[in-house]
Amino acid sequence: MSEEKQHITPYATYIWILAALLILTFATVAITNVNLGPLSVTTAMLIASIKATLVLLYFMHLKFDQKIYRFMTTVVLLVFFMVIIFTFFDYLFR
Amino acid sequence: MTDTASSQLNFFEEKGGRKGLWAWLLTTDHKRIGLMYMYVILTFFIVGVLLGLAIRLELIAPGQTIMGPQTYNSFFTLHGVIMVFVIVIPGLPAIFGNFFLPIIIGAKDVSFPKLNLFSWYLFMSGIFVVLISLFTGGGPPDTGWTFYAPYSFKTTTNMLPMVSGAFLLGFSSILTGLNFIVTVHRLRAPGMKWMKLPLFAWAIYGTGWIQLFATPIVGITLIMIVAERLLGIGFFDPALGGDPVLYQHLFWIYSHPAVYIMILPAMGIISEVIPTFARKAVFGYNAIVVSTMAIAIVGYFVWAHHMFTSGMSTTAQFIFSLMTFFVAIPSAIKVFNWVATLYKGSISLQPPLLWALGFMFLFMIGGFTGLILGALATDVHVHNTSFVVSHFHYIIFGGMGSAFFAAMHYWLPKMYGKMYNIRWANIGFGVFFIGFNVLYFPMLILGIQGMPRRYFDYLPQFTSLNVASTIGSWVMAIGLAIIITNLIKGARSGPAVGDDPWGSKALEWTIPSPPPLENFDVIPDFTETDSHKS
Amino acid sequence: MESHTHPHIHRDDQASKLGMWLFIFTEILLFGGLFIVYSIYRYMHQTAFHLAGEELNDTIGTINTVILLVSSMTIAMSITAMQKGNLKLVMQLIYVTVFFGLIFLVNKYFEWQVKFEHGLYPSSKFVQNLGAGDTLFFSLYFMMTGLHALHIIVGLTVLIWVAVYIKKGRVHQTKYAFLENGALYWHLVDLIWIFLFPLFYLIH
Repeated sequence: MSEEKQHITPYATYIWILAALLILTFATVAITNVNLGPLSVTTAMLIASIKATLVLLYFMHLKFDQKIYRFMTTVVLLVFFMVIIFTFFDYLFR
Repeated sequence: MTDTASSQLNFFEEKGGRKGLWAWLLTTDHKRIGLMYMYVILTFFIVGVLLGLAIRLELIAPGQTIMGPQTYNSFFTLHGVIMVFVIVIPGLPAIFGNFFLPIIIGAKDVSFPKLNLFSWYLFMSGIFVVLISLFTGGGPPDTGWTFYAPYSFKTTTNMLPMVSGAFLLGFSSILTGLNFIVTVHRLRAPGMKWMKLPLFAWAIYGTGWIQLFATPIVGITLIMIVAERLLGIGFFDPALGGDPVLYQHLFWIYSHPAVYIMILPAMGIISEVIPTFARKAVFGYNAIVVSTMAIAIVGYFVWAHHMFTSGMSTTAQFIFSLMTFFVAIPSAIKVFNWVATLYKGSISLQPPLLWALGFMFLFMIGGFTGLILGALATDVHVHNTSFVVSHFHYIIFGGMGSAFFAAMHYWLPKMYGKMYNIRWANIGFGVFFIGFNVLYFPMLILGIQGMPRRYFDYLPQFTSLNVASTIGSWVMAIGLAIIITNLIKGARSGPAVGDDPWGSKALEWTIPSPPPLENFDVIPDFTETDSHKS
Repeated sequence: MESHTHPHIHRDDQASKLGMWLFIFTEILLFGGLFIVYSIYRYMHQTAFHLAGEELNDTIGTINTVILLVSSMTIAMSITAMQKGNLKLVMQLIYVTVFFGLIFLVNKYFEWQVKFEHGLYPSSKFVQNLGAGDTLFFSLYFMMTGLHALHIIVGLTVLIWVAVYIKKGRVHQTKYAFLENGALYWHLVDLIWIFLFPLFYLIH
């Protein structure tokens, strides 16, 4: 299949995304310095997931690619998370 | 349609300017690569069978018969590693997926032909490294093919080469799956929409996803064993705070989906063979497609049914047992579809169909015994007994193995352009079938009576059934010898056949036997056609 | 019909891209196995993990995170530059990316060296005496950051290879799948670190 109209991401977009990523990074560092107990892990992982999503969608171009790539990535990550959950069915209830 | 000018060379004759063995070792032709896998896999299958026969010979009588416990442990370990990682996981995708996937979707080759050859070299190097473990250091591993912790990092036997070899074999599997997924996405002939894909192509596609998803997890687990042995990381060592059961989780997170790598292509083959010899389109094409993908996905979430007695939580036991019952449903759906295809068909009882029928019978016994294992209350009784051994041999050897022979008898004429002796094929099937059941059925009873697996010795009351089982192994081996000899003879010197000796309507039978190098002179076009490819 | 010497292989950029994404999925799952181990053992040894995490140097960890994020941006920008035909900028961006990757490795080298000097390494008696939680934490730390560093090395090798191909004219404005796919691999390396960083450095 030939590329019809190539999507070209402007340089500025990448700079904005980096800015967001850096802000989120420093936010994580700041938040984890506050003792939130078990919520710390959750918050840190949530922010990490947001960062990862930005990298996937913009740096890795998923936002502008054909839908199938977003679909596959989502399914892979979903299956992986479910495997972790199923493993915890053992350890959580021992 | 195709140009069947007799002046056209077939793929054996097109050597690409290379001489002798190099025409094979440097090929990127999916057909040659498929055959190279086949030759190696058949060779090691015979090795695996001989190991199995030796195990059965040891078990013909209580006490030591031909080998002591250490040797016995190494024998069943090597038997398992070879059969699982070299034969049944690669087997159908690497041989028939390679040879036929491009053809049945109307393509000239896979998407990445050079990667395909690289996969084969990874496969060969994996085998080589595994074999090293037999001859160096502390001797061949004795952990069983499952390499359970903590013994796998304490044993003084040669774990590192065996585990590294398995890693290479896994990498080969991943790349093959990757290649096939991309091939199905990118190289389908014009007009061949997803719901017009041949069922074997669907099977290979679903299998590719499992190869891709699951194998890396066993890859990292094998690396963890290496790290445990070399660096003492302690992940699975209770003395250091680790949990051996976590190893089991990680191992089975791959190894359960792995059995679907084994069985999905097998089911795909049956879905090709039965319609051809019932002279009828397959019943419920959509249902078979959906159930194929359902098995691939649900199969991810049943792994801990191998671990019911490991000490994991009751919650986990319950959930995994429930999921196991769910995954049985799509398999059963397929059996109904096959039977419905046969119903009121015009049956031509040729060897491929014989094997397909054998598949259904043996697979069902395997499946039913699987339900017994999947139910918690009964599993506790038969876990780690020869009941389990019998179950998985019925499913894998009886199921996937029968499909393998069905494929050989179906597609050999296409691959070599020659036919084997039908009478001897039928005899071979019969002898094999009888021997197989005499070999494995007694093990079900022995297991219920309490005979453990992986023990070189047993209590005297188990003797008579063990004798029967061992005699069954000899009959089965004779059957295998007849079958394989017959196939080899047919491939080398059998009578020539044309494009379509079986009268099938499927795409691979519209090109010459053997196929030309690029399969099709003109890529077929399926736009605006209404026909289902069987 | 005259015979061919080998099948004519058509160039298919979409196939290459799909193949690269599938390979990335396998890498995610490879690390995934280690993440499973991490999550189980963190659950089982929460306090020990918290205390052990304090041994790690947050500053270096944060710097390394920033380095990788910036390098992800630069390699992403190189695609835009390639699409616009600015080969000189492409090369500069690749060099910057590789440079940052090397700094990351240097930081990691010093980090690990300090750990080893303090008796913190896999199978060290010192760590084992600290208890199960610490043993598992540091084993996971070394395995996961070690495997990650290996992937950085592979990523850098790929990027240098791409640069060589661009110099030779084998990758250019109308044929740059190799650059795109190499960049994807580099982003993967960044993605993994995005999760490794908080899980190891930021638990107090």
